[in-house]
Amino acid sequence: MPSNPAPITELSAEPAESHKVHAALTRSSTGSEDLRELGSGLDSLQSDAVRKARIDWSRILLPVAAIVVLIIIWQLYVSMGFKRRDLVPGPLDVAAQFGAQWSEGKLQEAVWTSLERGLLGFLISVAIATPIGLLFAQVAPLRRAFGPLISGLQVLPSVAWVPAAIIWFGLTDATVYFVIFMGAIPSIINGLISGVDQIPPHYRSVGTVLGASRLQMALQIVLPAALPGYLSGLKQGWAFSWRSLMAAEIIAVGGTIGFGLGSMLNQGRDLSDMTIVMSAILLILAIGILIELLVFAPIEKRLLRSRGLLAGSTR
Amino acid sequence: MPVVLENLGKRFGDGAPVLDDVNASIGKGEFVALLGASGCGKSTLLNIMAGLELPTSGALEVPSDGAAFMFQDSALFPWLTARENIELALKLRGVGRSERRVKAAELLELVHLAGAGDKRPHELSGGMRQRVALARSLAQDRQLLLMDEPFAALDAITRDLLHDELERIWKETGRTIVFVTHNVREAVRLGQRVLLLSSRPGRVVQEWNVTEEHRTDAGLAGQLTGVITARLREEIRRHAK
Repeated sequence: MPSNPAPITELSAEPAESHKVHAALTRSSTGSEDLRELGSGLDSLQSDAVRKARIDWSRILLPVAAIVVLIIIWQLYVSMGFKRRDLVPGPLDVAAQFGAQWSEGKLQEAVWTSLERGLLGFLISVAIATPIGLLFAQVAPLRRAFGPLISGLQVLPSVAWVPAAIIWFGLTDATVYFVIFMGAIPSIINGLISGVDQIPPHYRSVGTVLGASRLQMALQIVLPAALPGYLSGLKQGWAFSWRSLMAAEIIAVGGTIGFGLGSMLNQGRDLSDMTIVMSAILLILAIGILIELLVFAPIEKRLLRSRGLLAGSTR
Repeated sequence: MPVVLENLGKRFGDGAPVLDDVNASIGKGEFVALLGASGCGKSTLLNIMAGLELPTSGALEVPSDGAAFMFQDSALFPWLTARENIELALKLRGVGRSERRVKAAELLELVHLAGAGDKRPHELSGGMRQRVALARSLAQDRQLLLMDEPFAALDAITRDLLHDELERIWKETGRTIVFVTHNVREAVRLGQRVLLLSSRPGRVVQEWNVTEEHRTDAGLAGQLTGVITARLREEIRRHAK
């Protein structure tokens, strides 16, 4: 079968074509102005148009609907009367108790006392854990030496420190803070270290090439690069602070320790009043959710978005 | 001579040498393309010149103030804007705050990105990122600029454009550039001299001069590319089993 050689001969016969084929080897444009135009044309072709973010109502409505459904199921279950009402109070009973505690001012006192301790304890933990974590991440022998211990401390429930703290510090605020520190500090250190581990190695090479000193490397490159991991460490640190605080408040009651949410929970148990217990539990949960939604979620979102890490996530 | 390499060798641990007896000297203001197949140790050689790694044998002479370095991946810091990335390089060099602003703006202008200074790296295209990275390496203000396959990940159109841009900037700033690549056309397009590195161990086996005629005469450039490609393939074929 005769093949058709026409296109091939045509291509080699036409000098303009062959010149084009080789154009990439020699200068493909001339003059600075030409280059600038070409460059900005490519830039606009290759950059995404800015998309405007709109409020996605399903993000707000769906969680609210989920809570409403759960409360309705709870009320229905209680209304069917399988259990004694004083053992399993319904949402309306709890709401009534909630209102009563509120008008007495006990609720506000408990929330304020716990929140103040939780936040202060957490902030002090951050201040202690951050330099330690950075030091461990940057100095390999230190990390080898203390790394397993820190990971271990994270697994140890900080409630285990309550008896020791009571013996050392008595029934004072120091006991509560000590327990918070033992819960939060290891998890913040761990978060920071794992954040540092996830830094692409060439960031450090860039730092070295740019002539960063050890301290500059730690503060200007390692710390900001590790920020996403550090932030999840902080989140976990806050969760540990809050949990440890509640545990400490339930166990250590009296002395100069004020009246917190944990104390309220303990009081409910002493009075065998399930509505107080439920009110306290729901409050503890609600504060946890609020802190997450109002403090950590916006910071995290901003941080990830500014680094282009949020695209395609289901948040 | 800003860079002199004498009998340079490098091995990692007890392994086979990556570089063996590398000899080269690079003059001030010269643009040298370092060409080789994958795994020939060209990146290692560049890292040694940058002081990121130490040679196991031989001697090298590099400028005492070190070298600027441009990576294959732009390696811009994602938490900083384009301008801040450049300013960080200036800051780590000890340039004062107000001077940093001025200098960063100049450098952005030099790479034709004056309007994109406040964008974050993820908002820039690959070509724009590499131009910011180039501006950042120029901010280091070192005579010697080492480039490790900086355009390898870019599309062909962008790469052609950046070749022209790099040539322009090289002429404007008078830097000494060592440009590592595995692309023969790129080496011929950019280098005044092309050094071919053999693989396992890496050694400079041949070098070619690229004249100004090669820049304007596509036929001549194509011919040289053919010659170098043939020599490179011969080098790769040696490793066939």
